[in-house]
Amino acid sequence: MTPSLHLWLIPILPLVGAAINGLMGRRCSRHAVSGVAVAFSGAAFAMALWVASQISSLSLPHLELLSPWIRAGNFQADFAFFLDQLSLLMLLVVSGVGFLIHLYSIGYMWDDAGFSRFMSYLNLFMFFMLTLVLAGNYLLMFIGWEGVGLSSYLLIGFWFTKDSAASAGKKAFIVNRIGDFGFLIALFLLIKHFNTLNFAQLFEQIRPLQPEVAGAGLLTAIGLLLMVGAAGKSAQIPLYVWLPDAMEGPTPVSALIHAATMVTAGVYMVARSHLIFDRAPSALTVVAIIGTLTALFAATIGIAQTDIKKVLAYSTISQLGYMFMACGVAAYSAGVFHLMTHAFFKGLLFLAAGSVIHAVGGEQDMRRMGGLRKYIPWTFWTMTVATFAIAGFPPLAGFFSKDEILWKAYSSPHGSWVFWLIGVVTAFITSFYMFRLWFLTFFGEYRGAQPSSKAKLATEPAAHDSHAPDPHAHDNHGHGHGTPHESPMIMVLPLAILAVLSFVGGWVAIGGRFERFLAPVFDSGLTASVAESAAETGGSTETLLMGISIAAAVSGLFLAWFLYHRQPALPARIAASLGGVYTAVYNKYYVDDLYNTVFVKPLLKGSTTVLWHGVDQAAIDGTVNVAADSARHVSDSVRHMQSGNLRSYAGWVAAGAAAVIAYIIWAGVR
Amino acid sequence: MQSHILSIILFTPLAGALLLLFIPKQNKDLIRWVANLASLLGLLVSVPLVPWFWAQRYDPGFKFIEGGSNNWIPSIGAGFHLGIDGISFLLIMLTTLLGWISILSSWTAIETRVKEYYIWFLVLQTGMLGVFMALDFFLFFVFWEAMLVPMYLLIGIWGGPRKLYAAIKFFLYTLFGSVFMLLGILFLYFNHHTLTGIYTFDLLALYQTAPKIEFHYAVWLFFAFFLGFAIKVPMFPFHTWLPDAHVEAPTAGSVILAGVLLKMGTYGFVRFSLPFFPSVVMDSRVRSWMIGLSLVGIIYGALVSLMQKDMKRLVAYSSVSHLGFCTLGIFALNPAGISGSVLQQINHGISTGALFLIVGILYERRHSREISEYGGISNVMPVYATITMIMFLSSMGLPLLNGFVGEFTILQGAFMENKMWAAWAVSGVILAAAYLLWLYQRVFFGPVTNPKNEKLHDLTGREMLTFAPLLIAAFWIGLYPKPFFQILEQPVNALVQTVRPGYPGAGAPVNAGVLPPPAAAEAAVVPTPAAKGTN
Repeated sequence: MTPSLHLWLIPILPLVGAAINGLMGRRCSRHAVSGVAVAFSGAAFAMALWVASQISSLSLPHLELLSPWIRAGNFQADFAFFLDQLSLLMLLVVSGVGFLIHLYSIGYMWDDAGFSRFMSYLNLFMFFMLTLVLAGNYLLMFIGWEGVGLSSYLLIGFWFTKDSAASAGKKAFIVNRIGDFGFLIALFLLIKHFNTLNFAQLFEQIRPLQPEVAGAGLLTAIGLLLMVGAAGKSAQIPLYVWLPDAMEGPTPVSALIHAATMVTAGVYMVARSHLIFDRAPSALTVVAIIGTLTALFAATIGIAQTDIKKVLAYSTISQLGYMFMACGVAAYSAGVFHLMTHAFFKGLLFLAAGSVIHAVGGEQDMRRMGGLRKYIPWTFWTMTVATFAIAGFPPLAGFFSKDEILWKAYSSPHGSWVFWLIGVVTAFITSFYMFRLWFLTFFGEYRGAQPSSKAKLATEPAAHDSHAPDPHAHDNHGHGHGTPHESPMIMVLPLAILAVLSFVGGWVAIGGRFERFLAPVFDSGLTASVAESAAETGGSTETLLMGISIAAAVSGLFLAWFLYHRQPALPARIAASLGGVYTAVYNKYYVDDLYNTVFVKPLLKGSTTVLWHGVDQAAIDGTVNVAADSARHVSDSVRHMQSGNLRSYAGWVAAGAAAVIAYIIWAGVR
Repeated sequence: MQSHILSIILFTPLAGALLLLFIPKQNKDLIRWVANLASLLGLLVSVPLVPWFWAQRYDPGFKFIEGGSNNWIPSIGAGFHLGIDGISFLLIMLTTLLGWISILSSWTAIETRVKEYYIWFLVLQTGMLGVFMALDFFLFFVFWEAMLVPMYLLIGIWGGPRKLYAAIKFFLYTLFGSVFMLLGILFLYFNHHTLTGIYTFDLLALYQTAPKIEFHYAVWLFFAFFLGFAIKVPMFPFHTWLPDAHVEAPTAGSVILAGVLLKMGTYGFVRFSLPFFPSVVMDSRVRSWMIGLSLVGIIYGALVSLMQKDMKRLVAYSSVSHLGFCTLGIFALNPAGISGSVLQQINHGISTGALFLIVGILYERRHSREISEYGGISNVMPVYATITMIMFLSSMGLPLLNGFVGEFTILQGAFMENKMWAAWAVSGVILAAAYLLWLYQRVFFGPVTNPKNEKLHDLTGREMLTFAPLLIAAFWIGLYPKPFFQILEQPVNALVQTVRPGYPGAGAPVNAGVLPPPAAAEAAVVPTPAAKGTN
């Protein structure tokens, strides 16, 4: 009998914080609000650390039941929690990074009128995310899943007076709901065939099953449907379109929700369901293809973006694609490893970008930045670490995790050299667009807020300028545009901590320790395991491939240096010579426009003209009104009988009597 | 006390209405106080029912029986016969709660002909309660028709600009349906006489003889009742009275109309159509039609809702969509579907009732329901905006709130029968998010552009009081729906056993093993002989 850890406290603590700030925050001082928000998210982190310290005395997976929840027919789902190596790792990442971002937000949002509301939402998000991670069944996971979507909606639209922010929040919610369609149907399939959604009982039933060969079976269907849900939450093709828009939210939100934690929920869900995917090779292949394509596709869009946050958004989509690539070749621990290092360096990149935006008074267009390394050294150095990490330079965290994925994509029995090749090309592009961002932001001359800088704006042609300053709400703190300045200590501290983690975070995998830690979770229960076949391929290939991926990273750096530092006039000329191709990339391949034309507009127009005006008003109400009108005409003519004329009444009575008599006689005769 | 509790609940509002008759109509505030106290009393007298019912929730048959067959008008076999099971219990509690809330919400909204208003409202309350309690078809029909008149007057007198059109449309539509239902009732009545030699309208007696009717008659009878109930629900394509009625009705009228009146249709299906005509509802063609109309209603209602420019009309069409889920659950004909459906009926009363209150609050301040008149309301009415957000989330089925529990259970029940049913219905869930969030964005987000909206005051204490019980209920059902499912377990299982004898009931093993083939699952039946209790 293992001791109870009271796991339910971990999500509940931030919920308490959210409730306190949500109900009373408006009347309290900012210091009190930040104290509450940080204390409760910190307490969740502390408790996660304590749980981690207890892990050796537990038999994993460790289950805890809080209370029953839904019961219908013979199916039951409870408020139950599930702790194993995977959820522990997620727990630490989510609560740890979340706690740091709470700290950062205090500085970043201090001057905002909705400070307490922001902190309350942030705590609420932590509650749902921790519920998602610790859930002991798919339904509770679904609560967290929907709940993080809600928090994301509220936080993207945090500056709700701005129409684009409100629209972006709505778009995120609805696109996620489309993904949830798949998730829900998958749950119904599981209930129908296994009669439970509890991980423990469910996986016990699935473990003895054999893989489904070539194509459609129950587990393949479930796997594909789960992937639909994951594609929504984790912004994969074709449901990725909400994430770039989500950058309308305050930057700490982009860091916490749209980079480090929530968007990785899909990866976590696929990894959690690995027993299903292991037995559904076709579903696995689909996951790998979606991940690989998304990685490449989003990276190419990232090249042409001029908004610093949009670059990072497409980069996030691309990196999530890597994680799905890993899961798709059944290298789940590589995917989860990249999830962790990505949380460090991408969280850091966003926070540092926020610090940059903060420094230049709300500007997000990189064409109006430049030379900032002199003004904001802390931000510069931490962001440098993160940039080298994501580009895959050894010995930083991103190198280890990305290299692991590329190696597995090549060597796994589910892998292929195609995945590897696209992965390496994407790595090169990643390195290029990240160093482009780095050079544009921190090197050269400062191009912001000075008349003489106008000429420099021509560095890249803009189809339209989307960044007219908005007086209402923006990442704008009312600082005068003058000399850029470094952020306060409370924002710099999280940057520094994340920089350290982005540096050393990958070392946990040296010697395969990370994989061994997660091995009990990812044991497929099948005979041919990934690890064995990887060993067969041998060490020299691995070294060679590693060299190629390092070369890709270095050449990306070199190209970015050449184009954006050495020859800053060249990119505009290249872009001009590319013509249509460049415009297409700049406009994100017109996917949003395509969705609008093909789905949204016909739906809205059809609903109005065909359904509402056509069916409802013309057909149904038309029939009803015609029926009523003709009834009225009939009664109008009948009404003349009721003339009030006594003699006419008498006449009618007589006629009626005659008719009755006639009927009786007729009936009698018959 | 226990033996007369139903009469007490039933007649308390009527007694209040009678009391109001003696108050001079100039004395508006006194009338308001008396009406509110009467409706509060109507709620309070229903509270003891909760522990009493809870104690016998698993007992078979109807409970708290009063009167008996043929004791009212013995010559035709009509009886004053009351009794409830878990299904009607929940609907009665919803009715007493919403009755109190809607009367409370009318305090400042109704300024003309105050006395008549409250009298008719209280009469309506008794009529609705009677429908859910009656165990005699004659009595049922009396209540069913009786509550039509007050509703007609509420819309026709205190309604908006097109109130007469809406009121007459409502009246004629419903009357049209009830005529067919009446024919159906008479057929059952004479059929009972043919089989047993006894003339009676008693429900428990008819339960015995109605299922024996031959299929080709039963089909016609089913559709006669169907017309009565489908118009009330309303199911597509009989729904066009609803938007007009809602738009013109006063706020409280809309709350009751959506919250309770529509449930009479779904209640009718559960209480009458299913146990009377099990062979018809199990007929695959009939069932496909019922499910098809439900699915069309879900998606059609949501799509049309999406494009509305009038807030109240939008909520009205969303009701068509939500009620589609309820009928889908009923005709899934399994325990999950039906209990989810009843729970969703309660949920719809809570969340859509709240949505109409929400629209009413803006209407009272601005006298406009046009969405384009608003924008940025979050800036001026933050508390109101927060409550609205919670109720919208409840309506779109977000987990931890009530709507999710009902929808999930219905969908699960539907999925058990046919995967495509659930798949189509889930698309309604997506659209619900679209129309509600878009509405929210247009009304609450953005800057305040209309100067008339700048000085709106936030919720008053009385208004908050109307929302408080609905919020509590929404979270309660969302977090801990177990007691509701327990209350529904006995009547729903009995119903399923009646319609599909031998259906694997709640007793089936939870963990039957690895991938049981469907046939094996059917075989592993633990039959729970729970036929309808006879009197």
